[in-house]
Amino acid sequence: MSKARYGAEPSPVTRWIILGFVGAVFIVPILALVEFSLRLGQTGQHGLVHYAAIFDPANASTYSVLFQGIGNSLVICAITVLIVLLVLLPTMILVELKFPKYRRVLEFICIIPITIPSIVLVVGFVPVYSVVASIFGSNPWTLAFAVGVIVLPYAYRPIAANLAALDVVILSEASRSLGAGWFSLIVRVLLPNLRRGIFASCFITIAVVLGEYTIASFLSQNTFQTALLLLQHTDPYVAVIFALFALVFVFVLLILIGRLGTSRRNRRSA
Amino acid sequence: MTSAVTTAPATTTSGAGTTSRRRSVVWLGLVPFAIYVLLFLAVPAALAVGSGFFTSSGAFTLANLSAFANPQILAGFWSSLWLSALTAVIGAILGAIVCFALMGARRDGPLRSLVDSASSVLAQFGGVMLAFAFIATFGTQGLITQWLVSLGLSSNVFNDFENGGVLLYQIPGLVLPYLYFQVPLMVLTFLPAMEGLKPTWGEANATLGGTRFTYWTRIGMPILAPAFFGSLILLFANAFSSYATAAALISQGGIVPLAIKQQLTSETVVGVSNVAGVLALGMVIVMIVLMTAYSALQRRASRWQK
Repeated sequence: MSKARYGAEPSPVTRWIILGFVGAVFIVPILALVEFSLRLGQTGQHGLVHYAAIFDPANASTYSVLFQGIGNSLVICAITVLIVLLVLLPTMILVELKFPKYRRVLEFICIIPITIPSIVLVVGFVPVYSVVASIFGSNPWTLAFAVGVIVLPYAYRPIAANLAALDVVILSEASRSLGAGWFSLIVRVLLPNLRRGIFASCFITIAVVLGEYTIASFLSQNTFQTALLLLQHTDPYVAVIFALFALVFVFVLLILIGRLGTSRRNRRSA
Repeated sequence: MTSAVTTAPATTTSGAGTTSRRRSVVWLGLVPFAIYVLLFLAVPAALAVGSGFFTSSGAFTLANLSAFANPQILAGFWSSLWLSALTAVIGAILGAIVCFALMGARRDGPLRSLVDSASSVLAQFGGVMLAFAFIATFGTQGLITQWLVSLGLSSNVFNDFENGGVLLYQIPGLVLPYLYFQVPLMVLTFLPAMEGLKPTWGEANATLGGTRFTYWTRIGMPILAPAFFGSLILLFANAFSSYATAAALISQGGIVPLAIKQQLTSETVVGVSNVAGVLALGMVIVMIVLMTAYSALQRRASRWQK
């Protein structure tokens, strides 16, 4: 601990005072969500009535929008993950193996969606989707094309970090000198090594898709987030319950990503 | 041993010397991604920014740019800018303090894992749900608002802000919800820079007779300054482009993203066409300026990392 006196690290007391204070402030809105979901109208009493109401068949019509929205969001999740796996991932591997000069270009393209706000892209998506709708019909799953673009920066980073940690050229030369073709190089050597990056990238994709609101609302599709906002007017309690569920679900998902990351680090240091 | 060494370069040369036909087949592998990005990133971005330069009948015009002279639009940009600046500065300072507290915590420890995940949820996932959380906290029926009422403050800052009604449904009311995702974003972006501070610098400072105060003023802060201002810009950009939280709380306009929504849902406010495109252009210009500054600062900051 004496090291902390002249280094940059805070003393444990300082650390826990800061983290405790900030943590306490930041937990308040979450606790308010929990408290709100337990309220029994304006009576000032609390109970689990609203949680039970979700499973009450009498309310099925009220919540059908929400369940439909969740269903749509899950379909969009699946297609967006497929876009990441079948379009982004092969391109990244190909660039790494065959066109390393263009790595910066690919990175630049994948970062662009951070620079262009979704609300700006939406202005352009409206005309694009009038064409998309004439080809595929105005189906919710078509949103995946637009959401896939929003996801690019988030999906790119974990895979890129994983690729950078591997020596792809050495691995490919080694496997090819052992007689492997391109197919077994990718399937039996590269993909297993990239597993963690790919998983992390899929998880973060799921999180971003479930949280996406802007595009869905402007393209008038019913997804989880737009349904939450609609439901908030008719049954704010259940909207809040699902918001809580979603926050906790994504929190756990991200803890899992974190765990994947740490086991990788441990392995490297070992 | 020798044979293994000689085969490796041989493979490389044969790999590099593929025929031009093979090469063009490999190029084809980039086509799906290129088409996808072209159709769903390049085209929408060009349409969004370009549409501001056309009349509703499709003729090229610069007249739409007069929307920037409209007082309502200007007020929107002004609100967006001050809201972004205020939440970026406060968020960056608070976030930096949290990063400081996290220094020395084990990277793979449960504390870091908890903070990282919570920060990602709040910074990247929130949107509508964070708006709900703030309605439940500071709305008319919110936990804190009701608590203040029960203390006898039947009219308090949250349910009657400057006699204009509920704070949360006005632009100044966005400050707290925005900080709720700005501070975590600062933690995510600034922590790597803070971890780049080497313990040896602290030791060198101590051997030369420096105190912890001189360590921070002469070593820590100068080294971290580019990263800090870089993250500050990122926070500004984040608040500037954020839409979902504001849309869930405020039904009218007031900031640029909400003004775009108004324009897309009903062509009213300004007397020229494609105002949404003009607003989009304005946002993109602000973002390009911000990102250019960011990448310049990032280059300086990366000198001290790794």
